[in-house]
Amino acid sequence: METEKKLMDEDGNRLDGRKWNQLRPIRLEVGVVKNADGSAHIEWGKNKITAAVYGPKEVHPKHQVLPDRALLRSRYHMAPFSVDERKNPAPSRREIEISKVIREALEPAVVVEDYPRTAIEVWVEVLQSDGGSRVAGITAASLALADAGINMRDLVVGCSCGLLGEHVVADLDDTEDKEGNGDMPVAIMPTKGLVTLLQVDGIYTRENFQKAFELAIEKGKEVYAMQREALTKRFFSSDLTSGPIEEEAA
Amino acid sequence: MPIVERKQVIPGDVIARGDHRYGPFVEKVGDDYIALRIGLAEVGADGVKLNPLTGPYLPRADDEVIGKVVDMNGFGWVVDINSCFDGFLPASFVFGREFSPATHDLSSKFRVGDIIGARIESFERSRDPQLSIRGQGYGKMDSGELVKISPTKVPRLIGRRGAMINMISERTGCDVRVGQNGVVVVNGQPEATTKAVTAVQMVEKEAHAADLAAKVEQYLGSGGDGN
Repeated sequence: METEKKLMDEDGNRLDGRKWNQLRPIRLEVGVVKNADGSAHIEWGKNKITAAVYGPKEVHPKHQVLPDRALLRSRYHMAPFSVDERKNPAPSRREIEISKVIREALEPAVVVEDYPRTAIEVWVEVLQSDGGSRVAGITAASLALADAGINMRDLVVGCSCGLLGEHVVADLDDTEDKEGNGDMPVAIMPTKGLVTLLQVDGIYTRENFQKAFELAIEKGKEVYAMQREALTKRFFSSDLTSGPIEEEAA
Repeated sequence: MPIVERKQVIPGDVIARGDHRYGPFVEKVGDDYIALRIGLAEVGADGVKLNPLTGPYLPRADDEVIGKVVDMNGFGWVVDINSCFDGFLPASFVFGREFSPATHDLSSKFRVGDIIGARIESFERSRDPQLSIRGQGYGKMDSGELVKISPTKVPRLIGRRGAMINMISERTGCDVRVGQNGVVVVNGQPEATTKAVTAVQMVEKEAHAADLAAKVEQYLGSGGDGN
């Protein structure tokens, strides 16, 4: 197939030299936005995304208050300079949809019942965009929520897989996303083993679907290890002892 | 004191299995006790405990808090207690049962902008926390330096049976009031106040250090009681 030839050579090397199951380089940092209650920054391939969490705080406008739980709001936004051609900063149809799926991917992990009548705001700002920005955004947003000290049942981590011709590959970049034959972003709660986001485009055989889905989960767990590392670096890097810490009994 | 194994946990981690009592920030799923926060978990005689390292202040009944009056209506004052919920101090708690909006002037007691020390009288999910100033030491605070620290660091600032906070106030000669909501008011001589404030901020910044008490003592020791 023409596209397959172009995107993957005979040895199974992709355009950027990766193997079919290899992730792009990922760098995570927690606590980057000082004014926010929690924040995280992720660089995943060419993606550069900052997520910030504000809250829990009072809900405005008041009629949106939920009496028994927190209102989780999220905004995914691409900076005008995040792509080659200037992007209109007004929220596009695509960004509105991604805001929604990010919110729905995070909501099962957040213990919203612990914060009745409040709002928790998640802002995901794409500073430089590449393929797989929604899963990178979810990965950063869940770290920001944990950093904000909001009760969570688990972190959420995302990873995408896709099709180049008939080949299932992990973690599509921008070119592969546009020229390839399918894209499948998946978000999971890794210790619970639950899927919180599953979107698919392209035409998959049953076998390829299964393979891509399992690969996304496997790779997602690799990213989860990096999330752990980022949180450990932020909160546990100084020498904590297992000795007694003198504090007032709560 | 017994040495308890402290485990560094992040949300989703299993702290322990089996049958224990458990406190806040821990969820039981089947046999597993799951951490809901980033923090230090310990399993001891009093069950599964998690001391979070980050997070907002959530009111609890009987907490002492320091807040700022942000609004006033016919029935009481609305107080910002550094939380997602505003505290409400009913006028009848201040003027007594015979309070009537017609005869009592609320602004004679507290005005918008005043800093007050109060106790959380009650708090439940469905309503904002109610405050009370009954008891010694509560009410308007009309002088001092206001410092905000992370509410999760408050137990460290107080220390075991108030050791840390007593040390700071004794060494500097300042009166240091700590609210569970992370608001601290320091009263004293100007230089001593600056010193106490720095010590408070030091506790917040180095709350994780095991030899924190010694560090603070060393800092205060350098001419601490020289006023």
